[in-house]
Amino acid sequence: MFRNQYDTDVTTWSPAGRLFQVEYAMEAVKQGSAAIGLRSKSHVVLACVNKANSELSSHQKKIFKVDDHIGVAIAGLTADGRVLSRYMRSECINYNYTYESPLPVGRLVVQLADKAQVCTQRSWKRPYGVGLLVGGLDESGAHLYYNCPSGNYFEYQAFAIGSRSQAAKTYLERRFESFTDSTREDLIKDALIATRETLQGEKLRSSICTVAVMGVGEPFHILDQDTVQKLIDAFEIVGQDEGPAAEPDAAVPAEQAAAGEGAGADTGSAPETDVAPMDI
Amino acid sequence: MESTQANPGLLCSPEDSQRTLYPYVTGTSVVALKYKDGILMAADMGGSYGSTLRYKSVERMKPIGKHSLLGASGEISDFQELLKYLDELILYDNMWDDGNSLGPKEIHNYLTRVMYNRRNKFDPLWNSLVLGGVKKGQKYLGMVSMIGVNFEDNHVATGFGNHLARPILRDEWREDLSFEEGVKLLEKCMRVLLYRDRSAVNKLQIAKITEEGVTISQPYALRTFWGFSAFQNPTAGAEGSW
Repeated sequence: MFRNQYDTDVTTWSPAGRLFQVEYAMEAVKQGSAAIGLRSKSHVVLACVNKANSELSSHQKKIFKVDDHIGVAIAGLTADGRVLSRYMRSECINYNYTYESPLPVGRLVVQLADKAQVCTQRSWKRPYGVGLLVGGLDESGAHLYYNCPSGNYFEYQAFAIGSRSQAAKTYLERRFESFTDSTREDLIKDALIATRETLQGEKLRSSICTVAVMGVGEPFHILDQDTVQKLIDAFEIVGQDEGPAAEPDAAVPAEQAAAGEGAGADTGSAPETDVAPMDI
Repeated sequence: MESTQANPGLLCSPEDSQRTLYPYVTGTSVVALKYKDGILMAADMGGSYGSTLRYKSVERMKPIGKHSLLGASGEISDFQELLKYLDELILYDNMWDDGNSLGPKEIHNYLTRVMYNRRNKFDPLWNSLVLGGVKKGQKYLGMVSMIGVNFEDNHVATGFGNHLARPILRDEWREDLSFEEGVKLLEKCMRVLLYRDRSAVNKLQIAKITEEGVTISQPYALRTFWGFSAFQNPTAGAEGSW
C-alpha cells in the first residue's frame, strides 16, 4: 500500500470506494505477534506467541478472560485490545446482573463489531488497531469469532492472525475438518502445532506461548507453563525433532524462573501440588 | 436535588401525582406448582375495586416469549405496564435471531431488577409476580414481590394464597405429579381461597407450561357447597341479632 491523497481521514472515501484508514488499521493487526484460535463442538482453544521487547522485559498480555465462558486473544495494538477487553467484561457482567445468565458470545461480538464500526464513521475518532479472536460458549455450543478493526466479524472453525499467521493458517486449513469432533486434548495439540508453525524454525517452548481453553462444563482458564511444556514435549518427542527429550526437562526450571514475573496470568514459581494456580 | 430529610414534603406532597401511592384495581392470589412436565398455575379472573368485585374477566396470567408464563396479583394497571416492558424485551431478544432466547430464569431475574429498582425510587409496581417456565427440560418457578424480594421454589403463591394455599401444598405436593394430580391439587387450593378470601371470584383459569409451550384454559367455575346446617338458621342462637 502506498500513501495517497485519500488516506488522511477515516471519513474520506477513495474514488475506488475504499476507506484507507480502516485498511491501514488492519495492517496494524498483521504487525502484531500471532494469535490462533480453534474450536470443536464443545471446546475452544486460544493460543498466542509472546514476544517480549527485550530479554529484560516481560511480554505483553494477549489473552484475556472476559467471563467464565468467553475469552479473547488479540493481535495488534495491545492497548486497544486491553480497552476492548474491558468493554467486553463490562458487557458480560451487566448482562449477568440483569439476567443471572451468561451473555451469549454471538451477541457480544455483534456489540463489539458495532463499537468498532462507530470508529470508522467519526472524523474525530480512529479505528481500533487490534484484531480479536473471541472464543466462547452459548446455547448452540462452542464458537470462535474474529473481530476486525473494520467493524466486521466472522465465525470460524479455526483462524490465525498477526505476523506469520499464514503458516499457521496453512496448517489449520489442512486439519480443520477434524476439529468439530476433536477431543479437548487433540484440539490443544493442534493449537500448539499451529503456534509452532508461526515461529519459522524457532523452538517452541512454553515460555514464549500462552494457551487458554474453555468448554462446556469447563470455565475459561489459561493453562500454566508446566502443563503447556509437558504437552509440547509429548508431541515433539513423537514428531520429527530429534533428542529434545533430555533438553526440555533441564531447560524448564530455568525458563520458569526467568519467565516467572513475565508470565502474567500463568503461575510464576515452581508449583507445589497443594497450592492452586492463580488464574485471576 | 433537595434532600428529603431537609424537606419531607418532597416524598409525600400532593403534587407528586406520578408515584404509586395505593393500588386501585387489584387481583387476588395466584397459585403455582411444578409438576412432571412443567408448571401449573391458577388464578381467578377477578379485578376488585376496593371492596367491590368490579371486573370479572381479567386475565391475570400471560405467556412471555416461548418459555415462560407470568401470573400477577395486585394492581392490574401495573401488571399491564410490566407486560409492555416484557413485550419489548422479548421483541429485542427475537430480533437477534440467533438461536439464543431468554428463558424463565432470565425473565425472573429481569423482573426482580425492575421491581427492586422501582421500589428504590419509592414508585413501586404494586404486584406480586409468579414466573414459571420450562427451557431445555429444566423447570423453573419463581416469585417476585413489589419490593423486589425474589426466590424460587417448587410451589409458590401470592397474597392470601401464601396463608391458605401453601400449607396445603407443603403437605400434599410431591415431585413428578401428573397433570391431573396437579390440577386437582390446585383446585383444592383455589376452592379454599374461594371460600375464605373475600376478593376471590368463582371464575378461574388454570395455565400449563411445558417444553412444548403455554396453554391457558377457558374460564370455569369450581363446585362449592354451602348447605351446612349451621347456615340454615343463622339467628338460632341469638334471636333478634342480624
